[in-house]
Amino acid sequence: MIRGLLILLLFQLVGEVLSRALHLSAPGPVIGLALLTLAMAGWNRWRPFDDKELDSTDLGRAAMGLLGVLSLLFVPAGVGVVQYLGLIGEYGVALAVALVGSTLLTLLATVGAFLAVKRLLNGREA
Amino acid sequence: MDSWKLWVYLQTTPLFWLTATLAAFFVADRLAQLANRRPVVNPVLIAVILVAVLLKASHTDYPTYFNGAQFVHFLLGPATVALAVPLYRNLELVRQNLLAMLAALIVGAVTAIVSAVGIAAALGAPKVVLVSLAPKSVTAAVAMAVSENLGGLPPLTATLVIATGIIGAVVVTPLMNALRIRDFAARGFAAGLASHGIGTARAFTVDPVAGVFAGVAMGLNAVVTPALVPLILPWLS
Repeated sequence: MIRGLLILLLFQLVGEVLSRALHLSAPGPVIGLALLTLAMAGWNRWRPFDDKELDSTDLGRAAMGLLGVLSLLFVPAGVGVVQYLGLIGEYGVALAVALVGSTLLTLLATVGAFLAVKRLLNGREA
Repeated sequence: MDSWKLWVYLQTTPLFWLTATLAAFFVADRLAQLANRRPVVNPVLIAVILVAVLLKASHTDYPTYFNGAQFVHFLLGPATVALAVPLYRNLELVRQNLLAMLAALIVGAVTAIVSAVGIAAALGAPKVVLVSLAPKSVTAAVAMAVSENLGGLPPLTATLVIATGIIGAVVVTPLMNALRIRDFAARGFAAGLASHGIGTARAFTVDPVAGVFAGVAMGLNAVVTPALVPLILPWLS
């Protein structure tokens, strides 16, 4: 467990350092995510492992443990709403309509573009 | 020590609010379970309401609360890195869908910014609110940095980001079912792009492949949106 957490924190730390030092627009944890994926691919080439083995490693358990409670981790930031009840009250309708409308439009545009390109490519293959 | 003094002491310790955060989430998650994970019964939303009511009732300010809750908040970083494990496991599937993902990424990121700012501006929201709103579809830490750089209010941005996440998590399943979209890679990618980590958490409860694509979309959007917002905002205001 400790080793799993240590790996995650080390990759986040390297990501943070690269993000700041190279002024990247990607945040530290996202760079850490990319690097850890590459590292796992490299490790698999050196010493092949399968998905089952991965699940029983310290890293696999720490990662799936954290992702299992991902929703919980957003609660502290969400409670920040208490600081802006006044501002949110004033522009509540505009913000609510913008958030709901934009979220729906974004979901539709994203899934539409994804499926359109996928069908285009599959059609060409066939 | 009388009970009032004990309460005053406890209220300011990290232990109390950390415990309250976990307890609120425990109750909220149980309710979601009892509702068979129906999307409307969103555990993040319920837990936030429970804690907010507790803060109001006890006249506790947000910084005091966050002093305890920061230990939970901190884990968002390692949890983002942890997405590498399911991503690695589905690397082949991600490779097969690379072009579709890139197209959806650009279309989705632009739509998220333009539609949010456009609607709010049309309804009379002031500039500082528009700037705070623009990066609402990316993960909280990144959105706050974008908002700060452009003169928004970072804590307001965090609130709008969480609200967007909850809205996305609530609507994505009924919306995709109504459209009869069964491609879980596409569904998950849309959920993660539109509503970041909360959408990703929802996607994992629906389907593991959807969860992986949601995580990838969230990561990619965290890179693209900070570059797009400064380009798009001047056109809208």
